[in-house]
Amino acid sequence: MEHTTSDDKGLKVSGAPNLAELHASPCYQLPAEDRRALAAVIECIEGIPCNPCETACPQHAIIVGDEITNLPIVDLDKCNGCGICVAACPGLAIYLKKHTFKENLAYIAFPYEYVPLPVEGQTIRMVDRLGQDVCDGTVLRVVKIKKNDRTAVVHATYPNGYYEQVVNMQRLATD
Amino acid sequence: MEEREVVVIGAGPAGLSAALEAARSGAHVLLVDENSKPGGQLFKQIHKFFGSRDHRAGVRGIDIGTQLLEEADALKIEVWLDAEVCGIFNQRDVWIVRNKEKSVNVRAQRIIIATGAVENSVNFPGWSLPGVMGAGAAQTMINLHRVLPGFKVLMVGSGNVGVIVSYQLLQAGADVKAIVEAAPRLGGYGVHTAKVRRAGVPFHTSHTVLEARGTDHVESATIVQIDDKWQPIPGTEKVLDVDTICIAAGLTPLVELAFAAGCEPLYSPLLGGMVPWHDASMRTSIPSIYIAGDISGVEEASTAMEEGRMAGLSAAHSLGYVAEQVYEVGFKAAEQRMLALRSGLFGQKRRDAKAAIMAQTRG
Ligand SMILES: Cc1cc2nc3c(=O)[nH]c(=O)nc-3n(C[C@H](O)[C@H](O)[C@H](O)COP(=O)(O)OP(=O)(O)OC[C@H]3O[C@@H](n4cnc5c(N)ncnc54)[C@H](O)[C@@H]3O)c2cc1C
Ligand code: SF4
Ligand code: SF4
Repeated sequence: MEHTTSDDKGLKVSGAPNLAELHASPCYQLPAEDRRALAAVIECIEGIPCNPCETACPQHAIIVGDEITNLPIVDLDKCNGCGICVAACPGLAIYLKKHTFKENLAYIAFPYEYVPLPVEGQTIRMVDRLGQDVCDGTVLRVVKIKKNDRTAVVHATYPNGYYEQVVNMQRLATD
Repeated sequence: MEEREVVVIGAGPAGLSAALEAARSGAHVLLVDENSKPGGQLFKQIHKFFGSRDHRAGVRGIDIGTQLLEEADALKIEVWLDAEVCGIFNQRDVWIVRNKEKSVNVRAQRIIIATGAVENSVNFPGWSLPGVMGAGAAQTMINLHRVLPGFKVLMVGSGNVGVIVSYQLLQAGADVKAIVEAAPRLGGYGVHTAKVRRAGVPFHTSHTVLEARGTDHVESATIVQIDDKWQPIPGTEKVLDVDTICIAAGLTPLVELAFAAGCEPLYSPLLGGMVPWHDASMRTSIPSIYIAGDISGVEEASTAMEEGRMAGLSAAHSLGYVAEQVYEVGFKAAEQRMLALRSGLFGQKRRDAKAAIMAQTRG
């Protein structure tokens, strides 16, 4: 893309958080490689006045607390990877991840609000936080339940060498 | 002349909430809006709102609007649409033009003005070419009228409005080529900027639009880097292949009615410019006139709804509808919720600006 630079100057310049910012925030916890279950990963590091993630979680695994501008924190021991928070978050700042789904494949479930939607089995291109093309992914399923209020959640696998880098997929062409 | 106890001007989130609260308290309310559909800004907000669950966060703006309307229906609130308020006289008389043809005067015991805000424009060579428009106008086109304003868009301004409308333009099928921001740091919430960034939209901080070129519509835009004195740095120009330039350079409270009625003005740059002075109950310097929502300082739908409730409750109370104790409890609760909404990094400044307004005594 003509004007995309590979700038990674952080949230307030490039628009996306870089790894240094994420690692410095208590909000961001990448599930350990040996974790069996999927877990919610939150990239909401600014302390904005917002809390639907907390109220949506049936396991009470996400805590914002009384001060609505606290950072949302996931208790990984309580999170069962159900994915309800993924569609509930208006910032589309939550996804589910697991390092080893099988062999060398990682698993991700991310929010997606564009048409057309991908379909099961489709090969998609996975992107990083700057929207840069990273690798191929394979769609496992696309969840469109009514409760998610028109935010689809796409489940996909991709090579786990890119475990932390990948956060979403490239938009599909309209025609 | 017709008479009503409370006339609410503007049926956005602030006006709707004010009308609901006043009606629930027992007052007879007339709600007027110049649009043919009530809801104000809410009906083009197809995204899920941030904020607290108490303020219906996580629900799409358009669905919040529908819920408020259903409540207004249930309370049998009288609503006049296509009804433009052209003036307020004698602190009581509301001059309304209905359906662009019939002039009506309504004598109100209390008036609540909730007219919202208007988009700021930015001037640059070529700014009058078709294809240059407010971000809010582009949002109305895609989400209400379902028309794409163009295929290749430059967004000017990285506040929440700029990034949310950019996201919705992508959803509608347009390509957003770039978002420029004059300040050295992006304005909008990081979760919103991250959304468009991972969709491949580049941000350019310390950049502005220099000019738009084209014969009868926008065919390209030149952007340029600016220094810390906001002066263009020669040699940093870039030409972007775009057919649409959206301006998201902030909003200004729509205060004309209030000022023409004689409400005392006050300057609050952080809240969008001149605003009517008001106290914590949302009463202006004219005791029969209250305000709520973006007119009292540009904020969010959640604060607009709280201010609306406060104004509606206070107006009803001043008419003798609400028992003293009930009022005190309601007032305190609304005040607490507003403080919570105005906390944190982003809210603190607005909280201070509001406090500065209320610290001045008038009336
Ligand atoms: C792109 C965008 C995204 C946003 N996202 C969010 C969000 O995620 N969360 C959030 O909380 N807020 C959000 N907001 C802000 C929110 O929409 C506004 O703060 C809110 O709508 C203000 O409410 P209001 O009732 O004061 O004004 P408005 O909604 O603007 O309503 C004013 C009404 O008054 C009417 N009116 C004006 N003048 C007259 C007159 N003379 N006679 C009769 N009627 C009149 C208008 O027709 C209109 O219906 C967003 C705003 C924009 C533009
Ligand atoms: S994935 Fe389910 S259990 Fe885990 S935090 Fe989200 S809503 Fe809670
Ligand atoms: S719902 Fe999303 S945007 Fe809101 S606080 Fe939770 S993670 Fe952040």
